[in-house]
Amino acid sequence: MTIEAPPHWRVERHDTGGVRVERVSRTFPAKRAAVHALEDVSLHAAPGEIVTVVGPSGCGKTTLLELICGLQRPDAGTVTSAPAALMPQRDLLLPWLTAVDNAALALRARGMGRDAARLTAAPWLERFGLAGFEQARPAALSGGMRQRVSFLRSLLAGKPVLALDEPFAALDAMTRAEMQGWLAHVLATEPRTVVLVTHDVEEAVVLGDRVVVMSPRPGRVVRRLEVPLTRPRRRTDPEVVALREEALEALGVTP
Amino acid sequence: MKRTVSALLAMGVILALLGAWELYVDLGGVDPLVLPAPHAILASMFDDRALLWSNFLVTAKEIVLGILVAMVAGLGVAIVIHFSATLRRALYPLLVASQAVPVPMLAPVLALWLGFGILPKLVVIALVSFFPIVVTTLAGFTAVDPELIKLMRTFDASRLETFRRVELPAALPSVFTGAKIAIVVAVIGAVFAEWLSASAGLGYLFEQSIAQLLPARAFATTAILCALSIGLFGLMTVAERRLLPWAHQPIGEPN
Repeated sequence: MTIEAPPHWRVERHDTGGVRVERVSRTFPAKRAAVHALEDVSLHAAPGEIVTVVGPSGCGKTTLLELICGLQRPDAGTVTSAPAALMPQRDLLLPWLTAVDNAALALRARGMGRDAARLTAAPWLERFGLAGFEQARPAALSGGMRQRVSFLRSLLAGKPVLALDEPFAALDAMTRAEMQGWLAHVLATEPRTVVLVTHDVEEAVVLGDRVVVMSPRPGRVVRRLEVPLTRPRRRTDPEVVALREEALEALGVTP
Repeated sequence: MKRTVSALLAMGVILALLGAWELYVDLGGVDPLVLPAPHAILASMFDDRALLWSNFLVTAKEIVLGILVAMVAGLGVAIVIHFSATLRRALYPLLVASQAVPVPMLAPVLALWLGFGILPKLVVIALVSFFPIVVTTLAGFTAVDPELIKLMRTFDASRLETFRRVELPAALPSVFTGAKIAIVVAVIGAVFAEWLSASAGLGYLFEQSIAQLLPARAFATTAILCALSIGLFGLMTVAERRLLPWAHQPIGEPN
């Protein structure tokens, strides 16, 4: 089913629409020793490209996303990005709002009226497999459903770039696999420039056009992988397995 | 079922205590002027019902209005403090100081200043109820997940939009918590205010009953004050459940 997006929803066009992070460093002052979250990190996402960033905890993945979203400034280097909307790790849906009102939050924040915002969000809920749950509060939704509402909320912000912070980390393995397939499908029909950070190597390879592998503290890029595979991909495909092993090796995990 | 059992157990304890009290007074030869027996208190409740009722209405009105004033003022002050660090520094010591003023000393001063009407009572009740509401509301504002604030920023929400859509609703359960604490202190405040400058009200009636050597009526008055306090607390709990049903569901837990 295809739905014509209303005019106010159209993605803002920028000269690039992409993301360019050039030799960025970010250090947080701390009591004993400063924490080097990122050191000389470069990353490039062309418009419509999906770049996944994979690394263990403490490799500065969240910092990287906040730099792209303009929530932080780098100490060194430059970040050039079209406007980006964040999707946080936990769904962080507002418990007092229904699913449709949660999804419409960004529209409301921009000053759209309640009814217009609901009319805009409702067809998307249906498209995301949430028909019949429009009036449900988050507490009544399953983890996967909540994550879909959360993704929709960030999508409806209408930004050309989506910064996804471990979007499926809180889900159980089965739901996570299902949601990865779902996300790949949604992004095929609704292309966005996506920077997705994860600690799941397989997820990075299955979803990304390119994979950036990072080391922990200080966060450095240790490997870049191109994933020239068609979608849908399966985690058992020999190419996927080979790339996964390559990424794991770069992370210092030997089989 | 479990609730019925625990309610019955609590009732049993109360009845046993009242029974012991009754036996102690009846068989122990206690002067009823010193300690009236429960049956005498019950009789007074019935005999003086018109008097108790009219004074009950006076005190109930004072307390309900006083708490409403405290809720509006408390929410207002909490919002102001939340938005301005300067005003926080300026107002917070004053807030704490307002709690350090002993109510029994404040009440006569206010009576001199504001007369013997409802106004000095409202001031005393609002003053003692105000503090818990401000403190819990501020805690509610600061308990909002910082990730959510960042999310709103990537949605281009203004500071005011973020407050209106996220922080304020998130703090409402805390406002109710503050108001529930406030009810208990408000009753104490009302009694003090009435002792010193009233011609009606349960606190006034209590004083009069002691002076007129009617201890049974004094005890009946006290019992009704307790019931008022418990009743208001119950009303507040019901109101909260009706107005903020989402606050009583588990939230944010991944399934």
